[in-house]
Amino acid sequence: MTTSGTEPDTGAPIPYVDPVRRDLQRRKAIRDTVIASVSIAVVVVAGVALVTSAAGWPLVRDTFFSGEQIGSTLPEIASAFWLNVRIFLVAEPLILVVGLAIALSRGTRSPLTFPLRVVATVYTDIFRGIPTILLVFLLGFGVPALGLSGVPNDPLVWGTVALVISYSAYVAEVFRAGIDSVHPSQRAAARSLGLSSVQTTRYVVLPQAVRRVVPPLLNDFISLQKDTALVSVIGPIEALRQAQIDSSFTFNFTPYVVAAVLFIALTVPMTRCADWLNARSARERGAGGST
Amino acid sequence: MSGTTLAIEGVHKAFGTNPVLRALDLRVAEHEVVVLIGASGSGKSTLLRCINGLLPVDAGRIMLDDDIEVTALGADLDEVRRRVGIVFQSFNLFPHRSVLDNVTLAQRKVLGRSKAEAEQHGHDLLTSFGLSDKAMSFPDRLSGGQQQRVAIVRALAMDPEIMLFDEITSALDPQLVGEVLDVVRGLSHAGMTILMATHEMAFAQECADRVCFLDGGAVLEEGTAQQVFGDAREQRTRDFLARVRAR
Repeated sequence: MTTSGTEPDTGAPIPYVDPVRRDLQRRKAIRDTVIASVSIAVVVVAGVALVTSAAGWPLVRDTFFSGEQIGSTLPEIASAFWLNVRIFLVAEPLILVVGLAIALSRGTRSPLTFPLRVVATVYTDIFRGIPTILLVFLLGFGVPALGLSGVPNDPLVWGTVALVISYSAYVAEVFRAGIDSVHPSQRAAARSLGLSSVQTTRYVVLPQAVRRVVPPLLNDFISLQKDTALVSVIGPIEALRQAQIDSSFTFNFTPYVVAAVLFIALTVPMTRCADWLNARSARERGAGGST
Repeated sequence: MSGTTLAIEGVHKAFGTNPVLRALDLRVAEHEVVVLIGASGSGKSTLLRCINGLLPVDAGRIMLDDDIEVTALGADLDEVRRRVGIVFQSFNLFPHRSVLDNVTLAQRKVLGRSKAEAEQHGHDLLTSFGLSDKAMSFPDRLSGGQQQRVAIVRALAMDPEIMLFDEITSALDPQLVGEVLDVVRGLSHAGMTILMATHEMAFAQECADRVCFLDGGAVLEEGTAQQVFGDAREQRTRDFLARVRAR
């Protein structure tokens, strides 16, 4: 800083790259980008040309991609889709809580908690084995049929409960895998400092386990977001049911495509997020760290 | 009090049908530095893990300060572990917590210290072991030697009466061993009671008040470093030392 016209010395070593090599690398990068752009354009144009030139295309277009149908049904289906989103938003936190509780119950070792362990094991065995749609039927029609007082009769409630029961069995296994993946030496280190078993789980094992299972959990979230459509079989009018109703008036299948696009619009960002988290945790493992 | 900190009497421990400790006796007095030597599989690590109750014994007795029996059924092992610090070969720092959090967690949750109190104590210890600039780092940003020093600080932060060191330099690159041994040396000069399993014979020779050679699950020979390294009574001790020195 004492002399003018020189760069301040930050003390950091400056990486040296051969200028010729750098120039070659830059030109290769430009060339690669151009090739990739051209080839994708060619594929897209060829694909569109191939599909639209097919003999049956006008019929396919009118049946599945009718602009008029999109215009008339999108508002209804979108507002019905809001129900799918709400089911998801209610079910997901419950699934996380129930799943974690089951995973922790299965991990207990005290003889006093043996019944808890048995219940948790039986729960996962049973509810992972029953098709979710069957459970939706069973609870959605079955429980209101009991006519119990003080118990909600709304099939929407019981359809959501069915999703929670089914998915928490899966999520419990994901949590359990995460807990098992924390090396026993971590537990030994925590116990050797005088932390109790519960404290060790709470402060040492779980934080590491949860971090590791975020990507597989997101995968289950994506699946759940789609499976909210299963609730339609017992009555509630969500996106799929609304599309079915619209379609039955006109014998046009565009409403289904509209519903599908709405689902995709929500699951694709979630998928990308899961991919990104997966890649990040792989990078961290590769670097030998787990922060 | 200048009595016996640790008394081990006739301890047996087997893994399945494989006996590891066989009628092992050992006493460690307050302020004493006792070094355990012996081949891999001679039971050094197993003994250390039995002392703080990480492993249950099959028979025998381990007494801490004559007032708490570690091996009693229903013994308060959390109390034992509050008073006995242990450092492992593989550091076992908590990777999701900063160095300072590693050092303060047990102080707060076990000893009930306030956050400020625990952090003050942690900072003081980290500073005295040359780690003050690493307080906010995560373990994976530290060298092996630094990680092991943090592990020692983490155990010391609980103000233990005795420190157990389980081959704490065996997982380190040779050039990092010195910095960790310096820490142990400092503790021994400060009067800490230490029971240490190690393969660092030069260090044992320099720092140990007493050296115990473990063989076949029991203490085959014990004495001052001078006696054991200079003039071992037992042939098996001499064979072991010859093998170690040949490396």
